[in-house]
Amino acid sequence: MTSEFVSVVDIVGSIRAGKTTASDVLEQHLARIDKRETEIHAFNHVMAESARANAASIDADLKSGKERGPLAGVPIALKDNMCTRGVPTTCSSKILEGWKPPYDATVVTRLQQAGAVVVGKTNLDEFAMGSSTENSAFGPTRNPLDTSRVPGGSSGGSAAAVAAGFAAASLGSDTGGSIRQPAALCGVVGVKPTYGMVSRQGLVAFASSLDQIGPFTHTVADAALLMEVIGGHDPLDSTSLDQPVPSLTAVLGRGVKGMRIGRLADMPDGCEPEVLARLDAAFAALKAAGATIVDIALPSLSYCLTAYYLVAPAEASSNLARYDGVRYGLRVESADLISMYGATRAAGFGAEVKRRIMLGTYALSAGYYDAYYGKALKVRRLIANDFAAAYQSCDVILTPTSPTVAFPIGEKTSDPLTMYLCDIFTIPSNLAGHAAMSVPFGTGAHSMPVGVQILAPALGEPTMFRVAAELERAS
Amino acid sequence: MSNASSAPSHATILPNGWEMVIGLEVHVELDTKTKLFSASPNHFGDEPNTNIDPVTLGLPGALPVINRRAVELAIRLGLALNCTVQASTFHRKNYFYQDLAKAYQITQYDQPINIDGFMMLPGDVRIGIERAHLEEDTGKSTHFGGTSGRIHGSDYSLVDFNRAGVPLVEIVSRPDIRNADQARQYVSELRSILLAVGASDAKMEEGSMRCDVNVSVRKAGEPFGTRCEIKNVNSIRAVGKAIDYEARRQVDVLESGGTIRQETRHWDDSEGRTHTLRVKEDADDYRYFLEPDLVLLDPGTEWVETIRASLPMLPAARRARLSQLTGTDKESEAVYVIVERGQDDYVQLVADAGGEPARALVYVQQAFAEEGATPAVSAAHLAALTQMERDAKVTATQAKTILAEMVANGGGDPAAIAAAKGFEALDTSAVEAMVDAAIAQQADAWAKYCAGEEKAMGALVGAIMKASQGKADGKVVTAILQSRRSK
Repeated sequence: MTSEFVSVVDIVGSIRAGKTTASDVLEQHLARIDKRETEIHAFNHVMAESARANAASIDADLKSGKERGPLAGVPIALKDNMCTRGVPTTCSSKILEGWKPPYDATVVTRLQQAGAVVVGKTNLDEFAMGSSTENSAFGPTRNPLDTSRVPGGSSGGSAAAVAAGFAAASLGSDTGGSIRQPAALCGVVGVKPTYGMVSRQGLVAFASSLDQIGPFTHTVADAALLMEVIGGHDPLDSTSLDQPVPSLTAVLGRGVKGMRIGRLADMPDGCEPEVLARLDAAFAALKAAGATIVDIALPSLSYCLTAYYLVAPAEASSNLARYDGVRYGLRVESADLISMYGATRAAGFGAEVKRRIMLGTYALSAGYYDAYYGKALKVRRLIANDFAAAYQSCDVILTPTSPTVAFPIGEKTSDPLTMYLCDIFTIPSNLAGHAAMSVPFGTGAHSMPVGVQILAPALGEPTMFRVAAELERAS
Repeated sequence: MSNASSAPSHATILPNGWEMVIGLEVHVELDTKTKLFSASPNHFGDEPNTNIDPVTLGLPGALPVINRRAVELAIRLGLALNCTVQASTFHRKNYFYQDLAKAYQITQYDQPINIDGFMMLPGDVRIGIERAHLEEDTGKSTHFGGTSGRIHGSDYSLVDFNRAGVPLVEIVSRPDIRNADQARQYVSELRSILLAVGASDAKMEEGSMRCDVNVSVRKAGEPFGTRCEIKNVNSIRAVGKAIDYEARRQVDVLESGGTIRQETRHWDDSEGRTHTLRVKEDADDYRYFLEPDLVLLDPGTEWVETIRASLPMLPAARRARLSQLTGTDKESEAVYVIVERGQDDYVQLVADAGGEPARALVYVQQAFAEEGATPAVSAAHLAALTQMERDAKVTATQAKTILAEMVANGGGDPAAIAAAKGFEALDTSAVEAMVDAAIAQQADAWAKYCAGEEKAMGALVGAIMKASQGKADGKVVTAILQSRRSK
């Protein structure tokens, strides 16, 4: 945990104990935004006014003895691809600039009901497509720990907002690593829940079968609390699991004694030695805490990146087809309907979004479907089978979250394939629909943070959080 | 709507041994309160863009949730069409158009909810049903300016999304239909089934039932020819006309040495002909893939069986029952018409009340066209009328007069009406006396009649009817005359 900032749990406790107020907590965070936001650019939209009103109302309620929920007074930032009623929701794209949704995403409603104070909408790679937040139409976000470096992506704004103390916690979305990788690069905790545990209603879709919302926090306990607030069945999302979110805050102290921790027997090339050293240290810490280390294999791991870059763009090509200039968002007037579509989409989408729309359209086209999209679906089944076999002999698997620490801004923008390799460890759990999270575990090259990723099977969150808590104690 | 089986035949006989091969794709809007994937009302004729919501408009982040009632109605229809109901999935059919909000239609593709059914047409003709699947309707565009009423050349277009997301079932027949008559019978029977199971109001004029017709021609026994799909066929009459036109056109092309292009054609009802809409090479690549926002739709055996048990008696079974009750051919116009009006239960009630089923069938068909399933005339009163006629207490002509009065008054006791009109029928002995008197007075006619000159009977009957002041039953008089002659 970055010691200068206060955790969600501590903020809630202090406000309840009357040691501080929601308004005071908010002002501390707004002051940090004032000081560093110009430099970092974590936000597309800071909601200082509505946040102040919310904090004041929470303080008034608490003063009069009214219950305001488990997150009463906690300043929280939202990735700008989650719908907020009456507040611009842009996905960092020109095509949605100025669009104000008429409704709140389910996670937003749940946060508000829990008493959270939304401080703003954070920057992202356009439509969540990227690993550095450099693909935003409104300019890149910088890593608060070294502003010459990227914060990771696509939820780079949300990761940076927590790391910079602009919000006590934030929400991101993870389609192929977009929560875990920026969490690792910014030195915070990031969770990609089991597919279906958190409602996607109101999350602007990138790749619907992979997208999942999760929290960024300073501590594992904070992440557990956030999960309990935002998780659980939502009748408005048909892919939402029909069961309550398991209790996570209650299991954090249970340790890892007797647990079997999986280690990849064949580590893919391309990892920085410092990153691998921190992973070894993590295994050692868990072993010292009573876990056993088991070598496992994921033979299909090498196909996952390719499969992901077919499945995700294919779904994206369909999900993003609605931005046609007819009903909302940008419209570039033109002679007729077809040329208006072309002009609007040419002006509204950035290069990476266009690249993926073309990839996905191609992969789904008649005559190519079987060779590309169909084969990618087979890889999804293969990696799920690999995981099922691995979890016969272990409870969780530990890997690096990212092969490298945060890289300099501009280093990978000219080479999309190098950028895509950032997601090598994070993609498999999206393809399988499993739980995964990144926990900060020391620093690597350039004194930048290293994240360790914990992979768990579907609904394996309780076990995953116990391991995360143990690593946090050891770090 | 006129009933297909009894309408005059429009079936074109193609020349030189050509045969039509026809398949129908019928879209019907399900009669639900809300849309297929959202809570907006499913209601025709409202102010544009009032029945909308984030899902209907395809707003970012909005997700579809399946309407249970729509699934139930689709299953009801599937079971009524003898389909197998199975666990099913939804796909996205991707294409750009201004009235398709998400730029994809959610539809069922390779795993539809209903498969492998059939429908029986008159003459024990079996038409296979390939599938009856669920999908969402699109919005509706109106184009302003220009001359064609189409998007090309118009100044601007307005889109109404009220219809977007309305639940549809598309019923796809196998290419088992061989002439326009059968096609019209198929659509008519499908409509009756839809109404019977409560799946749709099936109004072709409001677009809640829409037909696309696939037509090809071949020499009998040869493989199928290249087919054309005809759109915009908006009435049962047009189904027949479009098929006949299109089959003729294809035969003309083939006979003059040409070939048929696979294409989509538009039926122009006012011109009575089809036009090319688009050829196959221009067809969209819809890039179907599994809809990731929805999960497997598995109704489960228990629910399906509950639905099956709740189905009403279907039109074919009702016709068979009515046919058996009344001794009338099950493919007769009277049987079709009465079942379509839902008045067959009423005929059964008349029979239960001791009435004559065959006479009741005729009366109901003739006199109750404007009545619903429960005519104002009570079953007991109609039964009484058929008894009076059977017992020759009134003549057939008198009975008709009495029935007309009963219908005009919304009911009434036929005996009382007969009495008021002085319709007490003569008993048989009185008629016999009149017959004998007539034979005596018209000896010439009688002699001719006895010699086998049937026409001579007319003069005798006329005299008797005159003497009875119309109270003698013509049929009774004829019968007595015949029995006198044969003695």
